[in-house]
Amino acid sequence: MIDMTPFWLSFKLAALTTLILFFIALPLAWWLSQTRAKGKPFIEALTALPIVLPPSVLGFYILVALAPDSPLGAFVESLFGVKLVFTFAGLVVASCFYSLPFMVQPLQNGFESLNRHMIEASYLAGKSTAETLWRVALPNIKPALMTALIITFAHTVGEFGVVLMVGGSIPGETKVASVAIYEMVEVMEYGKAHIYAAIMLALSFAVLLSVYIFNHRQQNRMRML
Amino acid sequence: MITLQLEKVLHGSEGKMHLQVEQCVNRGDFIVIMGESGTGKSTLLRIIAGLERAEGRISVDDVLWQGEGKALPIQQRNVGFVFQDFALFDNMSVKENLLFVNRDTVLAEELLEMMEIEKLSDRNIQMLSGGQKQRVALARALMRRPKLLLMDEPLSSLDPRMRHKLAEKIKELHQRFGMTTLMVSHDLNEARMLADHIWFIENGRVDAYDTDVLERLY
Repeated sequence: MIDMTPFWLSFKLAALTTLILFFIALPLAWWLSQTRAKGKPFIEALTALPIVLPPSVLGFYILVALAPDSPLGAFVESLFGVKLVFTFAGLVVASCFYSLPFMVQPLQNGFESLNRHMIEASYLAGKSTAETLWRVALPNIKPALMTALIITFAHTVGEFGVVLMVGGSIPGETKVASVAIYEMVEVMEYGKAHIYAAIMLALSFAVLLSVYIFNHRQQNRMRML
Repeated sequence: MITLQLEKVLHGSEGKMHLQVEQCVNRGDFIVIMGESGTGKSTLLRIIAGLERAEGRISVDDVLWQGEGKALPIQQRNVGFVFQDFALFDNMSVKENLLFVNRDTVLAEELLEMMEIEKLSDRNIQMLSGGQKQRVALARALMRRPKLLLMDEPLSSLDPRMRHKLAEKIKELHQRFGMTTLMVSHDLNEARMLADHIWFIENGRVDAYDTDVLERLY
């Protein structure tokens, strides 16, 4: 019988990360799309870092930052009684850093492609920035929103290096699917590794296919109107 | 009474230009703003609406909208604004576009009827023609019963017959709602039909004329 716990952990981690990142990235992406501030390229570069950094580098810094003897780690532990290293909670925090650009960039591109006058019309209608974002901007970038959510989810499921650095491989706690496969290969359990890898492959493909089908349909609907 | 004392540096295709405005508008007047492209006609409307910044003062019926280091937020100015490209909310139906501004269904229905688009009220925005879209945009702009209506070439993308028809509608709305209206236009017929006064923008200066200037200048 195959132990499905690593998959369950992977998907729990991805779902939580996607949910949290949505609310963090939404105001950030909106601000980046609207601002003319000089600091914008700096923030953009910072946000994009996880794409180019080796996961081990990112994982190392997150590990150092979250360690119990670091100011941040000590603060969180005293406030919530939660350890952030080699725990599931720590994995969620690390994943939020790791997947940040995958949520921010599609949303930002979506917002930037909107007709500026449409946003201004909402302000002229007396609506606040928050209401404009929620009721005008977001509903008009559905394909970008869909891409952001699904890619963030999929990318978090597929993460390996950062998870290994920050979470280790504690069964039922931090041993996600990608780490489980790595360990199976290490001890040469190729049969099991094949099954796990095939499941990951099929799931990832299904997720991506659904995004592309959704966006394809949206485009066709727009063209037909 | 609207008093404008404004100054702004524009970066146009022919380099830097100073836009300078010293004008008053009487309540209920219909001003048509004319002038060549890139002279700052749209910018002037956008400054009044609060969409762009400029130096100087704007006061409307003794309320200071801009000046003395302060600027009233766009949301609190309550201007009706009609964009050249309609700028409708694509995710909403015709009626929802109006009700988003103000949940006054009675007013929404009245406006839809006045604009002769009540049959389109549940229609998706993307399914409308240009003329229909501009009617929705006009109706939407009036949903807060603004005292001041600003229109940036609202009819320029429509065919001549539709232009004439909608110009009549604009006149009707202007009178019915007792608004002060500033409209940017290139069209002499529209100006003749609608304007009480003409503003010409040239070399960054805004000069006001009576409507008989149209006969003299063209």
